[in-house]
Amino acid sequence: MSDDVRTDIAEAARSFGITPEDYMLPARHLIRIVDQDGKALSAEEQDAEPGHDYPVPADEDLLEAYRRLVAGRRINDQNSALVRQGRMAVYPSSHGQEACQVAAAVCLAEGDWLFPTYRDTVAVISRGVDPVEAMTIFRGDWHGGFDPHRHRVSIQSTPLTTQLLHAVGVAHAARLRGEDTVVVALCGDGATSEGDFHEALNFAAVFHLPVIFFVQNNQYAISVPLARQTVAPSLAHKAVGYGMAGERVDGNDLVALLAVLERGVRLVRGGAGPLLVEAHTYRIQAHTNADDATRYREDAEVQEWLARDPVKRMRTYLTDRGLLSDELQSRYEQEAEEIAAALREGMNRETTPDPQELFAHVYTVPTPQLAEQSAQLAEELSREEA
Amino acid sequence: MNTTQDTGDVQVAVDAARESSTRAGGAGIPQARPESPATPVPPGPVTMAKALNAALADALAADAGVVVFGEDVGTLGGVFRVTDGLAARFGADRCFDTPLAESGIAGMSVGMAINGMRPVIEMQFDAFAYPAFEQIASHIAKMRNRTRGALAMPIVIRIPYAGGIGGVEHHCDSSEAYYAHTPGLKVVTPATVTDAYLLLRAAIDSDDPVVFLEPKKLYFAKDRVDLDALRAQYESGATGEEPDAGRSGAVAGADPRAALESGGAAVARTGTDATLIAYGPSVPTALAAAAAAAEEGRSLEVVDVRTIVPFDDATVTESVRKTGRAVVISEETGFASVAAEIAARVQERCFHWLATPVLRVTGFDIPYPAPKLEHHFLPSVDRILDAVDDLQWED
Repeated sequence: MSDDVRTDIAEAARSFGITPEDYMLPARHLIRIVDQDGKALSAEEQDAEPGHDYPVPADEDLLEAYRRLVAGRRINDQNSALVRQGRMAVYPSSHGQEACQVAAAVCLAEGDWLFPTYRDTVAVISRGVDPVEAMTIFRGDWHGGFDPHRHRVSIQSTPLTTQLLHAVGVAHAARLRGEDTVVVALCGDGATSEGDFHEALNFAAVFHLPVIFFVQNNQYAISVPLARQTVAPSLAHKAVGYGMAGERVDGNDLVALLAVLERGVRLVRGGAGPLLVEAHTYRIQAHTNADDATRYREDAEVQEWLARDPVKRMRTYLTDRGLLSDELQSRYEQEAEEIAAALREGMNRETTPDPQELFAHVYTVPTPQLAEQSAQLAEELSREEA
Repeated sequence: MNTTQDTGDVQVAVDAARESSTRAGGAGIPQARPESPATPVPPGPVTMAKALNAALADALAADAGVVVFGEDVGTLGGVFRVTDGLAARFGADRCFDTPLAESGIAGMSVGMAINGMRPVIEMQFDAFAYPAFEQIASHIAKMRNRTRGALAMPIVIRIPYAGGIGGVEHHCDSSEAYYAHTPGLKVVTPATVTDAYLLLRAAIDSDDPVVFLEPKKLYFAKDRVDLDALRAQYESGATGEEPDAGRSGAVAGADPRAALESGGAAVARTGTDATLIAYGPSVPTALAAAAAAAEEGRSLEVVDVRTIVPFDDATVTESVRKTGRAVVISEETGFASVAAEIAARVQERCFHWLATPVLRVTGFDIPYPAPKLEHHFLPSVDRILDAVDDLQWED
């Protein structure tokens, strides 16, 4: 570890009155601020270790995040319905993980970047991408449906953890230009076994970059449980091996997620180096509609996690705190319905992708060979029409 | 210092590459480039490695977005010294060492390109680039297409490639077909000192990703080239009347930017009886074969492909239609190779002009051989001349 990095981490640790080792190692227990029934935990009940106690975010931040949480659940369920109706071939739903999805998006400032996976459509939409544009990849019109630069959201990555390295590159380029961009890179528990996970975390740590690696540990990689991915004490513990801080958080507790990520963004933007956050959550539905989850997990387990539902929990918490009125709840639900309606309308619209576009974006200017092939296809199509 | 996993092996390969140049292009083959007779004050001899180094330096100076990174490219200046002095001159932000991880290097370049940079990354050796293949094939090659043109990937992946240097295992693969088979990549390989400079400059300026294959055998081959004049020529955008003085008729290959955009082969030697089509390390061998054939009264034209992708069908087709005979030469294993693709394209376009089937001289379909056996594997002057003899000269 270089002296600069050591100094920055020591400074972050000192600001919490703990040693650099205690700063880098995750707390012994999950960071949780609201219990699964929606009850706010007192400081005694949280029993947080020094330096791992997180203040409750501002009321308006909680409400704004909850608003997106309600929409996120509705978007997931609407998309699954569209798959059942045959409007899309596939949709990897994040049902049950919406608190992680929303937190990953709302913790970032406008100039920051988000690098999502195929399961992170709700995070992409929470960041501001038009829902129908976000769903283009699953409707099958094209591999991507939005301009990543507009909302600083990269195209959803299917090859696991490859996008973490892209996040590292964006952060490094920003730093070379003197910009204070923070990048959040998403992946799942299974993805932590991939080589690029290791390379990305190591690069980020060595170059001391403002990247938060946010792992949604939803317990399964399609059918394979976490125990077959790693026997580390936790995924967050991997951080210390790279010389970065790690933290574990209840991934169905939106309040805790916001608290951990807000502090994380502030720290990494301030130069404390990268951060690994592991959120414990659960994929309530199968991997995709093509998957049969009953082949590898018990219904009782699913029922346990249903009782920890992040949306219900947050609603109870906000209502008990007097922040969420029935009227506000109705308004959020109404907004979610409007998004769902727009999705239905957009996804039911018949589209006719232009076959000539197949050749348009391979290179800046089509090569002579692609120009020939484009002409060939045009000729074939004109014969069909004749 | 950033140590490689096999410093000893690398040194062996580097030393062998140096030595091969003193053997005139390896295996007793004469230099590709005759000296220019027209230059009034002959500039000093320049190695291909130096020309590549100058191209990188000039690109770094010309565009603040250019960054050079990889393994041992900083303090050491690269195991072949292609990045020599860049970190000292331009600073550690512009030319830097990374952790030893090829996928990491390639993946990081994607993010830097997304965020406005023009990364030039180095894979230390051809066979060490394979860990980066997923990033190259799934992201670098496809990103522009996936995002409907929103995310350009102006990345250059420099890879020392091919054999002829007596390198130990995993240091001598001809991996061009993997990249050429991947839509979205451009694949370029110089055979001369001048082309090394011009094509690398054009590759760095290209908004498309370019796999830039540097023939190890030719790194320390020298030519009398005026690098200042080349820089001035490139940066003025002039196509140059005859940028590569040893060549003739290389109209399509004259402008390196155009070559990157739509293909730019060069006619390295004119002839009338048959066409030898070669690229990179095989060009000097083909030229040597053509020189030997001339002594026997046979006039062979040599086409230097230069840009494998995009392929210059026009120049190749024109040559073969003129001569009526063709031999494709490359060091790679022949099955499903770039040479196979070229032979097929020539056959499709020149069938009625051909007196005889198109032949190929390539490596055998075996893993790259150990140093003492590689001369049996590599296309040689004799093997090329044998193929030429087989072109059904007597009716």
